[in-house]
Amino acid sequence: MDGVSEYLKQERDQEWRLALRGNMKNKERTQLERVSMREQAADKRNKNFTEVNLGLLKEQAMLEAQRCLDCVNPTCITGCPVGINIPKFIKKIEAGEFLESAKVLKETNTLPAVCGRVCPQEVQCEEACFYTQKLKKPPVAIGFLERFSADYEQNSGEMSVPDIHDKNGIKVASIGSGPAGLAFAADMVKLGYDVTVFEALHEIGGVLKYGIPEFRLPNRIVDLEIDVLKKMGVKFEKNFIVGATASVEDLKAEGFKAFMVGSGAGLPNFMNIPGENYIGIYSSNEYLTRVNLMNAADPAYDTPVISGNKVAVIGGGNTAMDAVRTSKRLGAERSIIIYRRSIQEMPARVEEIKHAQEEDIEFMNLHNPLEYFADENGRVCKMKVQKMKLGEPDSSGRRRPIPIEGSEFIIEVDTVVVSVGVSPNPLIPQSMKELEVSSWGTIKVDPESMHSSVEGVFAGGDIVRGGATVILAMGDGRKAAEAMNRYLTQ
Amino acid sequence: MNKIIEKEYFSEAVVKLVLEAPAIARNRRAGHFVIVRTGDKGERIPLTIAGANLERGTITLVIQKVGVTSTKLCDLEVGDLVTDVVGPLGKPTHIEKVGTVLASGGGVGVAPLLPIVEALKEAGNRVITVLAARKRELIILEEQMREHSDEVIIMTDDGSYGKKGLVTQGMEEVILREKVDLAVTVGPAVMMKFCSLLTGKYGISTVASLNTLMVDGTGMCGACRVTVGGKTKFVCVDGPEFDAHQVDFDEMMLRLNSYKLSETEAYENFLNSNPKP
Ligand SMILES: Cc1cc2nc3c(=O)[nH]c(=O)nc-3n(C[C@H](O)[C@H](O)[C@H](O)COP(=O)(O)OP(=O)(O)OC[C@H]3O[C@@H](n4cnc5c(N)ncnc54)[C@H](O)[C@@H]3O)c2cc1C
Ligand SMILES: Cc1cc2nc3c(=O)[nH]c(=O)nc-3n(C[C@H](O)[C@H](O)[C@H](O)COP(=O)(O)OP(=O)(O)OC[C@H]3O[C@@H](n4cnc5c(N)ncnc54)[C@H](O)[C@@H]3O)c2cc1C
Ligand code: SF4
Ligand code: SF4
Ligand code: FES
Repeated sequence: MDGVSEYLKQERDQEWRLALRGNMKNKERTQLERVSMREQAADKRNKNFTEVNLGLLKEQAMLEAQRCLDCVNPTCITGCPVGINIPKFIKKIEAGEFLESAKVLKETNTLPAVCGRVCPQEVQCEEACFYTQKLKKPPVAIGFLERFSADYEQNSGEMSVPDIHDKNGIKVASIGSGPAGLAFAADMVKLGYDVTVFEALHEIGGVLKYGIPEFRLPNRIVDLEIDVLKKMGVKFEKNFIVGATASVEDLKAEGFKAFMVGSGAGLPNFMNIPGENYIGIYSSNEYLTRVNLMNAADPAYDTPVISGNKVAVIGGGNTAMDAVRTSKRLGAERSIIIYRRSIQEMPARVEEIKHAQEEDIEFMNLHNPLEYFADENGRVCKMKVQKMKLGEPDSSGRRRPIPIEGSEFIIEVDTVVVSVGVSPNPLIPQSMKELEVSSWGTIKVDPESMHSSVEGVFAGGDIVRGGATVILAMGDGRKAAEAMNRYLTQ
Repeated sequence: MNKIIEKEYFSEAVVKLVLEAPAIARNRRAGHFVIVRTGDKGERIPLTIAGANLERGTITLVIQKVGVTSTKLCDLEVGDLVTDVVGPLGKPTHIEKVGTVLASGGGVGVAPLLPIVEALKEAGNRVITVLAARKRELIILEEQMREHSDEVIIMTDDGSYGKKGLVTQGMEEVILREKVDLAVTVGPAVMMKFCSLLTGKYGISTVASLNTLMVDGTGMCGACRVTVGGKTKFVCVDGPEFDAHQVDFDEMMLRLNSYKLSETEAYENFLNSNPKP
């Protein structure tokens, strides 16, 4: 840790940083208002799939960068799971050196354009910012600034490709191409390893491609970041399921020395209530995959999706928000969130809830589905819901929902999306019997090294955490890379 | 991208394709399937692996034209590339020598039934196969089934070929005639339902290979879910074969029709925009 603070201090003492700090008094800086993100008007954007957030203008970014106090003790960094040198990248923006700023991001973050869009900054870096902690003011808009620099670089046509060590010819594999696998691959290829990423689907990116919708994270942005990895020499094998197309043993025989399992939490949960298999009832994974990965909303593509008129989405997480906002964009008259706790307990990001509310999404909080009913063709047409009230906090610290007897009633729906969580993808544990898993099916690892119970097999991301965030998955991937490098060179 | 190296028409509506897919060829067993996508805008559909050749590193698919995607695949020629092929998926068939096996296939189920019949025969079983269709022209793969069965019984609704009657009538004839140790049924859900009711009546254990709709085929989406023994199962990872007497075929029938309207429309549009010479 001392090494890190020493490094941060040296960086902070550089002349250009000193000069910038001298330009403006802290008092003036703290007087500036936090920028607001430009966005598409709510009544327009809920009819299209283009991005809601439009990014900061150059002037806005430079002004917001002035708010950052370049703290002696930059607590913001401790809130970032991949430890971005936050004041340094922000001060590069203040200095107008945007490409340089993007380089700083890429020292530790392989996917800055992605994280700047989807990180729950309000509970990570921005939560730990001096403004939030000490001044009780809105934090520096670290996420918006990160997105600004990353986008600036992508649009400049001068994507920098990080430096790479001499090749050492050692073959290592990532199983899965989600954020955990991509972050791992980037670090290993930088260290000189011969890295192959195996992906079961026909697209690279995991949830970034099949889950998170275009209006929050365009696939084009993800592809541009993946292109950099390709330029760095990472190999990608799509349509390849490790454990089916070839086993880990087969790959060892082909010369792979170590593995990082980043296979995600891809198994959708259902509630197991009557009628849940009627036509028009989807898991959020299926609904979002049809629309995002298979482009079902575009008639030029072959995959169909039912675009209902009265859509109920069950759940309160990011996935539920993505599904309900997607349904509105597919033309639904009513798109309703049904969630058993109150709005305060919803796990979705604050920004997603706010955007959904603006987009005419109805919220039925403190309601829970009990049963579905279908018409003569088996298509869902009604559902029974029950009102809930909040009781004492449970083990998670959130107040427990309690059903109110006799409060059941019927609402009309023609499409339902069940978004009540996912379980760890069982493919890898099933194909490697000696791999230790928890009772929930997550892979057990040493928290320091991400090493599993099988020699040379590391794991990270949702397959270990059972559902987390992009940046935590990336942090795991980086940790696994570091430990794997030690393991292979000791 | 997987190259087509051989193509053969079994009939106008059924095509055999041999594709390069060395890794899949190495690891596949009878009952496994692949998910195939053709074209950048294509849909992902499941197809049973009908055979494999380890030396050539190839797999064989037998595809029946029923809609847009299956027709696009059947229209590909030797040398063309199939955009995506992933597998082997699902649990392999439990192949064992049990004695006499009564296999029944109809409609979309005849192609996936072929490799199962082949494997059961190879394991030393006496295999009697009943093939059913509305009329003569719709009977497919008869010759291939004969190659791997001890007896093939053909049933047509209109009596234009084989015997007149439903698949279950052909099956019952065999059941009344000799001891059947296992029944296997693959076809439209309604056919499997009645086959299963029949064998249930005679206490014959029965396997149904379910051909539900699928998207990813890896257990990620739940599109393929069915109720088996009162529990929700995912056909792509828990199946495709299940104890037929436990399957809720009525629910499966409904779910198969999820996109019926839009699919029929899409197929008509496709045929109109790609007129045959
Ligand atoms: C709809 C939705 C919205 C979300 N929104 C946000 C958000 O706004 N902010 C945020 O921080 N997080 C969000 N999350 C959570 C975040 O996306 C995940 O935590 C993160 O993607 C986990 O990364 P991962 O690398 O562990 O796995 P994944 O992204 O799930 O990727 C795993 C990949 O591995 C592949 N795979 C699995 N098994 C195999 C195998 N055997 N062989 C080869 N490949 C295999 C899968 O096909 C998949 O592509 C969201 C999640 C969803 C579903
Ligand atoms: C595990 C598995 C293995 C399979 N193996 C084979 C195989 O080896 N060879 C083969 O030809 N087909 C096989 N099928 C069926 C094949 O996947 C479908 O025929 C294909 O998806 C149809 O796609 P399409 O776009 O051409 O037709 P669509 O436009 O999707 O459908 C056209 C019409 O066929 C009906 N239909 C579609 N799929 C099915 C189905 N699964 N069962 C009953 N009716 C259906 C639709 O309701 C519609 O009316 C298999 C299916 C599964 C699940
Ligand atoms: S990666 Fe996420 S947590 Fe880290 S600085 Fe960027 S927005 Fe904040
Ligand atoms: S804590 Fe806030 S103000 Fe201080 S350096 Fe970090 S971002 Fe800037
Ligand atoms: S096809 Fe998606 S879970 Fe089976």
